[in-house]
Amino acid sequence: MLVSIYRYNPEKDDAPYMQDYQIELPAGKDLMVLDVLNLLKAKDTTISYRRSCREGVCGSDGMNMSGKNGLACITPVSEAAKNGKLVLRPLPGLPVVRDLVIDMGQFYKQYEKIRPYLINDAPAPAIERLQTPEEREKLDGLYECILCACCSTACPSFWWNPDKFIGPSGLLQAYRFLADSRDTATQDRLGELDDPFSVFRCHGIMNCVSVCPKGLNPTKAIGNIRTMLLQRAT
Amino acid sequence: MVTQITSFGRSGLYDWMMQRVSAIVLSLYTVFIIGYLLLNPDLTYDQWSTLFEATWMRIFSLMVLLSIGMHSWIGLWSISTDYLKATGVRFFFQSLCGLVMFIYIVWGVQVLWGL
Repeated sequence: MLVSIYRYNPEKDDAPYMQDYQIELPAGKDLMVLDVLNLLKAKDTTISYRRSCREGVCGSDGMNMSGKNGLACITPVSEAAKNGKLVLRPLPGLPVVRDLVIDMGQFYKQYEKIRPYLINDAPAPAIERLQTPEEREKLDGLYECILCACCSTACPSFWWNPDKFIGPSGLLQAYRFLADSRDTATQDRLGELDDPFSVFRCHGIMNCVSVCPKGLNPTKAIGNIRTMLLQRAT
Repeated sequence: MVTQITSFGRSGLYDWMMQRVSAIVLSLYTVFIIGYLLLNPDLTYDQWSTLFEATWMRIFSLMVLLSIGMHSWIGLWSISTDYLKATGVRFFFQSLCGLVMFIYIVWGVQVLWGL
């Protein structure tokens, strides 16, 4: 199989380039893209990429595989390769540190902005803050986000304004806390989102939904935030 | 919170809402005009002129004119903040859009009222 990898070492290269590798894959097995990268890394130790849990939980190996963002560890080669060729690039829209490794600083800044923690001014009860099963159910489809950045880096609005638009991942998390019955900062949180960029730069093209490796729906969460803002303002 | 002073209503929600409201007004007007033309295949100048002399039609048309101004300002402002990264160029483009929209609205009022 032909694997084409985005290579860039800012200490050595003037510009990024694509490097082709020919690799024999074991017959009768559908390897994951990360396995292929590991095989290549054994041949060429200079290839750089992030990986950790290798089972779609840590979110380290988000990358662009033949044009679509996803986690290399849970994407089969048969799904990612097109016409017998696998093209691997870093997640688009964020600065490249080296090869497939990107600088996630801007992505985390947006995450930090939405204050991703429970805010509750009431004195903590002796054991825990209770929720009804229905209240807890509202967090399903929100808390599972692993911050792999596949969605935000697939979003053109995030590419053009990564410093102003929170991005699908951050907004999914924002709604996770807005929807939490134990959080008491709902109005403050909504107040921080009511500008033309933070939420409203989403035009609902749903790239985020199409690429999310966990099957989550940030567009729906963004729609819910809009509804909450509308209810608050009218 | 991102501060923006050149957006239409300075609030994301307000711009978003006005974009949708103006879109509904523009759609209704389009459907009405197409329907009117289809139902009156032998339209005369007098008939057309009488239609636009009616107060309700003038209100409807003025609402459409203002909706075009609002809708296109919000849309073009978004496009300019996406693609025009140099502040000077962006400000020039936004000013030009504002001027063109103002001209269209004044011109439209002039046409509607036959001033």
